[in-house]
Amino acid sequence: MADSPPKTNGAVATAGLAESGSHGPLNGGRKTPEPLIFEKSVPGRRAGSLPPCDVPRKPVAELIPEAELRTDLSLPEVGELDVVRHFTRLSKLNYSVDAEFYPLGSCTMKYNPKLDENVAALPGFRQLHPLQPEETVQGALRVLYELGQLLGEITGLPGVSAQPVAGAHGEFTGIMMVRAAHIKAGRMRRKVLIPDSAHGTNPATAAMSGYEAVTVGHDRRTGELDFADFKAKLDEDCAAIMITVPNTLGLFERQITEICRLAHDVGCYVYCDGANMNAMVGQVRPGDLGVDLLHINLHKTFAVPHGGGGPGGGAICVTSDLEPFLPAPVVARRENGSYGFDHHRPDSIGRVHGFHGNFNAALRSYTYILSLGKEGLYDVGANAVLNANYLRSKLRQAYPLYVDRICMHEFVLDGRWLREHGLRTLDLAKRLIDYGYHPPTIYFPLIVPEAIMIEPTETESRQTLDAFAGAMLAIAQEAREQPEVLHEAPSSTPIGRLDEVRAARRPDLRWRAGIAGEAAESLSEARHEAAVQGRY
Amino acid sequence: MASPADCKYTKEHEWVRLEGETATVGITEFAQQELGDVVFVELPAAGSPVEQGQTFGAVESVKAASDLYAPISGQVLEANAALEDTPDAVNKDPYGAGWMLKVQPADLSELDSLMDAAAYDSYVQGLH
Amino acid sequence: MMAGYVSTTDQERREMLDAIGVASLDELFRDVPVHLYKPSLDVPAGLSELEAWTHLRTISEQNLDLDHHPSFLGAGAYRHFVPAAISHLISRGEFLSSYTPYQPEVSQGTLQVIYEWQSLVCQLTGMDVSNASVYDAATGLGEAARMACALTRRQRVLVADTVNPLYADVLRTYTTGPNIEVLPVRAWRRDGSHLLRAESLADAVDESIACLVVQQPNFLGWLEQVEGLAERLQAAGAILVVAADPASLGLLRPPGAYGAGIVVAEGKWTGGPLDFGGPLVGMFACKQAYVRQMPGRIVGATVDGQGRRGFVLTLSTREQHIRREKATSNICTSEALIALCTSIYLSHLGKQGLREVAELCLQKSHYAAERIATLSGFGVATTSPYLKEFVVTCPRPAAEVNRALLERGIIGGFDLAGYSPDLADCLLLCCTEMTTGAEIDRLVSALADI
Repeated sequence: MADSPPKTNGAVATAGLAESGSHGPLNGGRKTPEPLIFEKSVPGRRAGSLPPCDVPRKPVAELIPEAELRTDLSLPEVGELDVVRHFTRLSKLNYSVDAEFYPLGSCTMKYNPKLDENVAALPGFRQLHPLQPEETVQGALRVLYELGQLLGEITGLPGVSAQPVAGAHGEFTGIMMVRAAHIKAGRMRRKVLIPDSAHGTNPATAAMSGYEAVTVGHDRRTGELDFADFKAKLDEDCAAIMITVPNTLGLFERQITEICRLAHDVGCYVYCDGANMNAMVGQVRPGDLGVDLLHINLHKTFAVPHGGGGPGGGAICVTSDLEPFLPAPVVARRENGSYGFDHHRPDSIGRVHGFHGNFNAALRSYTYILSLGKEGLYDVGANAVLNANYLRSKLRQAYPLYVDRICMHEFVLDGRWLREHGLRTLDLAKRLIDYGYHPPTIYFPLIVPEAIMIEPTETESRQTLDAFAGAMLAIAQEAREQPEVLHEAPSSTPIGRLDEVRAARRPDLRWRAGIAGEAAESLSEARHEAAVQGRY
Repeated sequence: MASPADCKYTKEHEWVRLEGETATVGITEFAQQELGDVVFVELPAAGSPVEQGQTFGAVESVKAASDLYAPISGQVLEANAALEDTPDAVNKDPYGAGWMLKVQPADLSELDSLMDAAAYDSYVQGLH
Repeated sequence: MMAGYVSTTDQERREMLDAIGVASLDELFRDVPVHLYKPSLDVPAGLSELEAWTHLRTISEQNLDLDHHPSFLGAGAYRHFVPAAISHLISRGEFLSSYTPYQPEVSQGTLQVIYEWQSLVCQLTGMDVSNASVYDAATGLGEAARMACALTRRQRVLVADTVNPLYADVLRTYTTGPNIEVLPVRAWRRDGSHLLRAESLADAVDESIACLVVQQPNFLGWLEQVEGLAERLQAAGAILVVAADPASLGLLRPPGAYGAGIVVAEGKWTGGPLDFGGPLVGMFACKQAYVRQMPGRIVGATVDGQGRRGFVLTLSTREQHIRREKATSNICTSEALIALCTSIYLSHLGKQGLREVAELCLQKSHYAAERIATLSGFGVATTSPYLKEFVVTCPRPAAEVNRALLERGIIGGFDLAGYSPDLADCLLLCCTEMTTGAEIDRLVSALADI
């Protein structure tokens, strides 16, 4: 089944179609809906088999009281081919870095090397129980220890724990460490300063850790922290400032060393949200800037695949002063050269994960860093910034920038001009899908109305950037000349824009046995229609 | 569009209308437009106290959530149960079927601190 | 000069710099303090793919993996059979290298997988609604305790001391910030060589308590007395929070059936390998009435303009990107790929297969216990019904027994000395369908020999 090309009227809008647009956004993608696995269930059908019981069996009722046994378990009954086909078909409804350019700002959708996947699958790593005796897992402990050393060197913050498993989890770990350090020093503080351009996780983290989030404004002209507002709000009741460097506009905070100095003067820690670390790798170390704590999104900067939203890694890196507060246990290298867990951590905030964090994410990042080495690390930051500025320079002719100056690894366009044509940024985003691209991050940061946030990453080639710019410029022209095409987008996907109001007003959050919801009815209608057309 | 003259208004875009002993509370036309399609309204149970200027609930659209601030102190007599199934009434008829609370006011003089329709309309003008 | 995964040539780079209007890469970094720019990193030179592979494979061989060594370790991480289809399916780049499904039109694969996951979690646990997953069961319990406090507007949480101690540690970290008081409930006692369960876990419940957290089967392997527990909690306005084990739920009645308000479970072991304990995936389910206090992503079904069914992220106003400091949690994503493993697993095994897994665990652990009970000096301390884990008393400190087993190539049980000093002679042993009768016999002869 061939996908139809994007709907265009006349000669407009062909520039961006060369690379991938002619295939639609989902190469080889399906146009027919896939039923739920439950809807494929046939009573009595099953996949695979388990070995017979090789020990003497007893009646179950003799071992477990009948009242504790379940009477029904409504799981799908399907064959192995059903399972493989179902999930393979679902995969074809997804956009991915492996197939296409994914310029999602703030998410660092870089290429995830395949070597790292093979390493993660080595039986010597994969089949390890987290509570095995330390002498039987020396290799795994070495990976965690050396990754800590490498991240400490790259960030200039030598105390490292890979226990946090996501960026927000790293933030929580860091702010709880700040809290513990203040309490240890006998300081009761109530506030955490957070710029208005910050990720929502920052205020949520502060609140979760028992602090009041106090917003600091930004300077509309420079796009940086409003220094006067910061100074006005900084006092001895501030436990920390959570700041993103480069900030979420993709701009380096030029006052960062001064911000750190002033914060330290009143005993306030500087927490750096490391979501944008990719710009700094090999270029500048947050620890050298004066930052006290930083989390690293291993799934962004250090190439762990995003997996549809996880698992990632949120390693926390801190100054040696804060090291005693790291989550317990920490991996240590003993005098005899062996590795082990140090559980004796009286100042630790405690555990933040059931075991040792996302070990196999840490393993991928370790492999990635060793593969790159010193020069390769420099190339990451340098080319991420080069690609972003190249794209920025190509787009600025048609799209105003919120702040027009040299950016770091990403930049934010201001989509307000679309309103003149009865359009919004959302319409541009959906039209990009027809050109074969995942839209950039939109409506973030919140300080930019109609924000369009683009992060190309260092692994994209110039040809890819040129093609994407072509599509963006073509859409700008469409917006002016045939805005209705944007309103109707996307037209090349298996489904169109979904009714999110209905989803929220009448939540349908699960399949239920024997209940065919309206949605299921409409599916069967769609299937019927498809069958009539000989497609299903 | 002019706001109803029989209501008083808060800066947070709630209205209150006094009918006999009972004050009815809701959100304004401007507020519902800013929010977009309302999908959920969280309201206190009858009997709960509310205090002027303090939050009493929240109203949610798909991509936004706003706290609701009480225009007047008192005790909740009734929350609009119909909004559970038809939250869109807040969009369609914010001053009528989209009402949120009926309150037994504690101090009617609190109404004096609120804006009247003309003052609210010019306040909203200033926000554009 | 350029290595790694950057493909831009020197010629292209010069042209790109020209297009930007700068003379060098350094100029792009002019906002960085000049004395801190381009630090000299103490990092080794990069490795070719072959060198890196050889290096990592060599390190992996310094570990003793459980494919080659019989193991009786459980204690929160369980080795179950993983059908081959799973690793093939999740290796597809469309699953592996996609991100959070922000744009539903090009993310229906991930969104439908999550909807199916939510459905499977509800079926398995007997609960009304599920989220898209949390990091793991331990952080899930932390979130559950916070959620119960938000729902009840109370600040005290009871935790049975038979909840996995690592989970309890994480729960404490999660409840420190808002000053929630965590109180332990004694759920077992030792009587000579036997461990007896508490028959009532609700004695400490009063109207100041937000929730009671229990694990079923508990950390020591046996089934807690949960009958009537939820009713007693409900009478005090408190919530029953249960940490469950998905594989055991092939046989055991679901927590929804005994009144749980919030259920958390570790989903990793049903569909994924041990991975040295991570990544994990937390199942998180609750009663319908609590859904707006639930943390994390939720996917819902809806329709497009033509009435076609599709899936979207929904009820987002609970979340940090909208509510910021008022969000139910700071969690920003899910463990989607691991949840996918579990969804494939539960679909592949189906109702019959999961039941068989649970029954194989049951039969093997009881066979092992029966054999060990016949050894002189050893005894089975567990006195309540159990499924895959049981406690054994040893004639010597458990640590010594484990060492002796390791010398014989066997990874023994979990040494309970660290859990309670009263149990320094006790091992927590685990059998699953992966444990063969021959391995159990080998363990028994090794113990006889120690």
